[in-house]
Amino acid sequence: MKPPRFQYCAPSMLDDALILLERQGDEAKILAGGQSLVPLLNMRLAAPSYLIDINRLSELNYIQPEDDYLAIGATVRQSQIERSPLVQEKHPLLIEAIWHIGHMQIRNRGTIVGSLAHADPAAELPALLACLGGSLLLQRSTGERLLATEDFFRGYLETALEPGEMVVEARFPWVDPRAGWAFMEFARRAGDYALVGAAAVLTPGEDGTCQEARVAYAGVAGAPVRASEVEKLLLGSTLDERSLDEAAQVARAVVSADMSDVHATVVYRRVLAAELTRRVLRAAWARRRM
Amino acid sequence: MMHDQGELLAFTEECEIAVTVNGQRYERRVPVRLLLSDFLRHELHLTGTHVGCEHGVCGCCTVLLQGEAVRSCLMFAVQADNLFLTTIEGMAGTQSDLHPIQQAFLEKHGLQCGFCTPGMIMSIHALLHENPDPTEEEIREGLSGNICRCTGYQNIVEAVKLAAERLRVAPEEVE
Repeated sequence: MKPPRFQYCAPSMLDDALILLERQGDEAKILAGGQSLVPLLNMRLAAPSYLIDINRLSELNYIQPEDDYLAIGATVRQSQIERSPLVQEKHPLLIEAIWHIGHMQIRNRGTIVGSLAHADPAAELPALLACLGGSLLLQRSTGERLLATEDFFRGYLETALEPGEMVVEARFPWVDPRAGWAFMEFARRAGDYALVGAAAVLTPGEDGTCQEARVAYAGVAGAPVRASEVEKLLLGSTLDERSLDEAAQVARAVVSADMSDVHATVVYRRVLAAELTRRVLRAAWARRRM
Repeated sequence: MMHDQGELLAFTEECEIAVTVNGQRYERRVPVRLLLSDFLRHELHLTGTHVGCEHGVCGCCTVLLQGEAVRSCLMFAVQADNLFLTTIEGMAGTQSDLHPIQQAFLEKHGLQCGFCTPGMIMSIHALLHENPDPTEEEIREGLSGNICRCTGYQNIVEAVKLAAERLRVAPEEVE
């Protein structure tokens, strides 16, 4: 098996990469970890004329805690996050999501930002970023722009990225220290893409009820889905069995009607969404700090 | 666009690379689309690294890149320029002297056809380096990126347990 012919360049400065990207426009593709792109090339589902390998851009290899969020540069590998004591302490939900990505061998190469830019709706990180209300920093040779998750993901493998632009940083907002959180998914085999995945962050108020709820799903539509109907139901609740049942019922509707494929029917995905909702909410609530 | 367009900024279809594999340095000129797995097999004739699915699912082509387990079919050879690799050929000291992980596979019947075995051994090597005393669950998680179609996993898991035990008693030198 051979990838189609392409021209290759591995610049060591971001400015150079951006100039090359600007020059080649939509004929060019960024190669980061390559764990999604190289299979597409090997199977000849993608045939970009130019590959710009960003693995030598050490200036994008940073994990930077800011006041409101954790900033992750475009060359940071998933396994780097897993092993980072800073992230283990300050953003354990991110690590819980990453554990579900592929296998050790994939996470050793795959990048956080690459997974987001690839925008597979069944992937873990887009759903997590949607859950947290995170954002992505896009850069081109002439400037940069910051996009919220909901403005970035457009549909199946489709994003707001324009020719000449690349994602240089992902911003994962911190989770309130009182909040409980969980990430879960159902896949037929360990490491497969999720049939359905769910992320939840639940913040308790002074009175012990849920004051803020954030719930998002992977694998239920063409893009990650944040479920405001489910969230609204949970406000003021104590996450008793009745509210879990109600939330599970409402969660069925987050699966869009066209989500039947060779892996699962839409009916099965709705059953999974309902059950995962119950489980992820229960797990998240159990982790809250009073 | 006043940038000096030096060699680094030029696109190319072929590259000179220098890769260290199992301690030996190789210099080759390669097409940029040559997969690392094909480079190892066709250019260096290190055919112990197997290729199965060639899209990152089966784990047969697992090698160690800078000590970390990666799929060699999901990388281009040019990306390994100036880096060091370990393949299955680098595991045993001599033909008669198996690596403890290989010896454990032999004793516990951890293989039948052997096609997946090189990838298994490399993944397990990385796993035990990071976690010398894994639980059965951790072993199974560590093996989840490698598919075996004949032996099944029970004897492979037994082999990993035995190898872990022996390596804890007599740790090897790891690069």
